[in-house]
Amino acid sequence: MAAVKFEQAMARLEAIVGELEKSDLPLDESLKIFEEGIRLSKNCLKILEEAEHKVEVLVQDKNGKKRIHAYSPDDAADEPSS
Amino acid sequence: MLFRSSAVRLRFALQEGLQVIVRGRLTVYEPRGEYQIVLDMVEPKGIGALQLAFEQLKERLATEGLFDQDRKKSIPAFPRTVGVVTSLTGAAIRDILAVLRRRWPTLQILIAPVQVQGESAGRQIAEALTALNNLGSVDVIIVGRGGGSLEDLWSFNEEIVVRAIAASHVPVVSAVGHEIDVTLADFVADLRAPTPSAAAEAVVPVLAEIVERLRELTVRLGQVMLRQCAFERQRLDAGIRGVTDVRFRLQEAAQRTDDMVDRLREMVQQLLAAGRERVHGVQRNLSGLNPILAIKQGLATVPQLSKRLEGQMGVMLVQHRHRIHATLAQLNTLSPLAILGRGYSILQTVPAGQILHRANDVRVGQELEAQLASGRLSCTVTQVFNDSSV
Repeated sequence: MAAVKFEQAMARLEAIVGELEKSDLPLDESLKIFEEGIRLSKNCLKILEEAEHKVEVLVQDKNGKKRIHAYSPDDAADEPSS
Repeated sequence: MLFRSSAVRLRFALQEGLQVIVRGRLTVYEPRGEYQIVLDMVEPKGIGALQLAFEQLKERLATEGLFDQDRKKSIPAFPRTVGVVTSLTGAAIRDILAVLRRRWPTLQILIAPVQVQGESAGRQIAEALTALNNLGSVDVIIVGRGGGSLEDLWSFNEEIVVRAIAASHVPVVSAVGHEIDVTLADFVADLRAPTPSAAAEAVVPVLAEIVERLRELTVRLGQVMLRQCAFERQRLDAGIRGVTDVRFRLQEAAQRTDDMVDRLREMVQQLLAAGRERVHGVQRNLSGLNPILAIKQGLATVPQLSKRLEGQMGVMLVQHRHRIHATLAQLNTLSPLAILGRGYSILQTVPAGQILHRANDVRVGQELEAQLASGRLSCTVTQVFNDSSV
């Protein structure tokens, strides 16, 4: 799931920064996880940028099948607002 | 009558015409002789039954373990798609959409519209939860509605709803009514939000903050790497300096070693020469002490010495011969024979051979012998003359 992927990516990125800031890693090790961090950071940003705002409604048609429609706020009222 | 202490415990306001069920003690107020009922419980009529049902269902489901804390799933930190189970027309959906859009503008929202009160509301809510679960793309579900009376909120106490929430694989956040309203859906949900807005806030972080966090992490990542690179660079420089230094020191040491080897060689040479010299000296001394030489020398001196000895001996012999000759001549002059030669004779008694010096020493008639320079005479004394005149 994308959400899990993003969450894991962020967690890993935090861990990488933390580990690098402890600065007790040999240089090649640091470079390796630094590259991983950069990759993660780009991926995270991509996930954030790629997502598009979408509000949809799950509706049941006449045959009882569930369909997803774009949401328009002026649907019929079935509950008075409180 | 109702004492104030009991009145404050009422959850509702007492109004004219309200039907209530009461419980109390019947007493007599003696001073006036009136009967009184002192109330300890007042309940709106009809609500009591719901409340009872609520308590009974709550206890049953709790016994089943549906409300257990360890059943609760964690809410994902960054949901991509949020499902919302509520009415399309209530204040709840407006609040939720507003908060979600504000916090996470690119969020995907999937609304499963349901009636949130009335006969079929419970079944609809349960079905919507199942439908959202079946889609597979929903990360978290908000289920709820705006505030209302206890009856309005009743659907969220229905067993079918509680069980649908419990069965959901997707984490469910409940948001029913206002903060003071507590339904069984709240007990079973993975997270209870006091209001629909709060549920929306609980479900998504603020995108701007996450982007900022991501940016900050990226910056720190770069900074820390740069810092380490700079540090490693410094170490490398120090290392290079060290190596250069070592090379220089090595050259220096090599030179010093060469010098020392030279000096050592010189010293050894000197020592050797001195040693050789001493050996020669000793050899020289030794050869000086060689007995053969001494013997040779000695042997050489022997003939000399013997020659000298011989010479000396000759001289001495001559001297001695002269001395002997002189002594003999001297002796000769002293010899009685020499005196006899001059005409003297020596008288001796016979046979004693005593040389006579005085006449008195002989008697008349005595035989004497006279030694002459040549030959002897036997004489007889005829007369003795005292030579007093002499």
